[in-house]
Amino acid sequence: MNQNFLTIIIQLAYLVASVLFIIGIKMLGKTHTARQGNIYSAVAMFIAVVATLLVRDVLSYTEIFVTILVGSAVGTYVAKKVEMTQMPEMVALFNGFGGISSVLVATSEYWRMAHDADIAMPTIIGVTVVLSVIIGAVTFTGSMVAYGKLSGKVNGNAITFSGQHAFNAILFLAMIVASIFLVLDPNNDLYMILVLAIGLLLGILTVIPIGGADMPVVISLLNSYSGVAACFTGFVLNNQVLIIAGALVGASGIILTQIMCKAMNRSLVSVLLGGFGQGGSSTTATAGASDMQVKEVGVEEAAMIFDSASSVIIVPGYGMAVAQAQHIVREMTELLEKKNISVKFAIHPVAGRMPGHMNVLLAEANVPYDKLIEMENINDEFSNTDVCLIIGANDVVNPAARTNPASPIYGMPILNADKARTVIISKRSMASGYAGIENELFGYPNALMLFGDAKATITKMVGELKEM
Amino acid sequence: MSIENLIVLLYVLVLASYVGFELIAKVPPTLHTPLMSGSNAISGITIVGAIICSGPLPGEFPLSKILGIVALFFATLNVVGGYVVTDRMLQMFKKKK
Repeated sequence: MNQNFLTIIIQLAYLVASVLFIIGIKMLGKTHTARQGNIYSAVAMFIAVVATLLVRDVLSYTEIFVTILVGSAVGTYVAKKVEMTQMPEMVALFNGFGGISSVLVATSEYWRMAHDADIAMPTIIGVTVVLSVIIGAVTFTGSMVAYGKLSGKVNGNAITFSGQHAFNAILFLAMIVASIFLVLDPNNDLYMILVLAIGLLLGILTVIPIGGADMPVVISLLNSYSGVAACFTGFVLNNQVLIIAGALVGASGIILTQIMCKAMNRSLVSVLLGGFGQGGSSTTATAGASDMQVKEVGVEEAAMIFDSASSVIIVPGYGMAVAQAQHIVREMTELLEKKNISVKFAIHPVAGRMPGHMNVLLAEANVPYDKLIEMENINDEFSNTDVCLIIGANDVVNPAARTNPASPIYGMPILNADKARTVIISKRSMASGYAGIENELFGYPNALMLFGDAKATITKMVGELKEM
Repeated sequence: MSIENLIVLLYVLVLASYVGFELIAKVPPTLHTPLMSGSNAISGITIVGAIICSGPLPGEFPLSKILGIVALFFATLNVVGGYVVTDRMLQMFKKKK
């Protein structure tokens, strides 16, 4: 086949793939088209891969096919086997793979150009290689640390040490200097190794100081980085489909990051500097905890309160995910509905460890998604609600965010759970939430504490409700 | 790469980013996780770059090829795993019957 003709075919296929990516991601934004949108984008990926295989340079099909086959088999196995509760760490892990792949592609291309005597590496390529390697490396190690924290393999709390920010700043500067030397003298492998090593190290160091509840922001941001890394790889290889797909992912990650930051009333910078909820605030929390009077409620009494209610709002949080209580919560919901009690779920945007975490958990338990109401749409309903059941959520219902300007979470938008006639809080202990501050809601006259593991207590409550 | 070529690629980048922002700005919170894992699968588009780098080269650069093959493995994992897991998730999202 004529080489020019083949090039045109490949480029047109890339164009079709790009359009399908755009349509796919658009459909992914609406609940009734989302699944089809995901399939469109998978088809786009398939077209792009097949078109690339047509490139004349790519003749060693055997290795490529074997690698793709093995990768697909492992990927499918892992994706089918993973529990829905493990979704946050799964997303982080796959994200890291995308990052490492960008690093390797850019390094591979660099190596070829730097060691081919016939090619003088243009400055533009040098710059894009550097950017691709740095962002890919940070995405890779950052995602791996996030994976470790989310799966409990690494301590999930913020890990801080003195001089951390100064150390990171020095590393960052060193990386910039090495990058400049690499661009000026692209054939010197030492600079390349330096840039790569510092990038990998920075990925680890920037994620370790970020604690559990800030994870939604970090995951969204790393997701964005993986797109940006792919995008720069597109510049290295002069390939439009990489740039378009990478830019789409980069944009979606940034938007999610913004939404998450807004929901916590924190700036991206303050999240990235990390260490939230450490130090000062924790001492005041322990001092305050002793003088708060809380009322306890037993399972039977709680069941009676539910039985006599006509409207219930459930506020789920990370604690529900930890206790794996979503299935029994759904059972309780159905039971209450049979008794003609209206039940809704109030979802705070940062509840859990990744954007939309609660939605996925409840969907897995077969709770229809139109029962899950966003914060802005449900906040006015709490005052007309008989019972609000809070399961493993804490900071997102802390009224201090509204009333106490001294509180570290002051100004954060919260769910008005305290406005319900009765608030029942299912919680393991009086331990404070992620922000390390005491929740004054627990001491409110309309608040009742239902201590114990959420799954165990709600299971007992379902038993009681069945007998009523 | 010539300057003209770079400019064209920059146009592509800017326009694609703009489209991305427009498309995703109003995604309902229900879909935040599938959107993230679906777009994560899309970021596995480096699979295309990995295939290019895995192609045979004039014998002197075996390292480039090895790096390409390893990149291809991880990119495939990212792509296939990402799409399958997103589909599994979206399958669960149901309206009230």
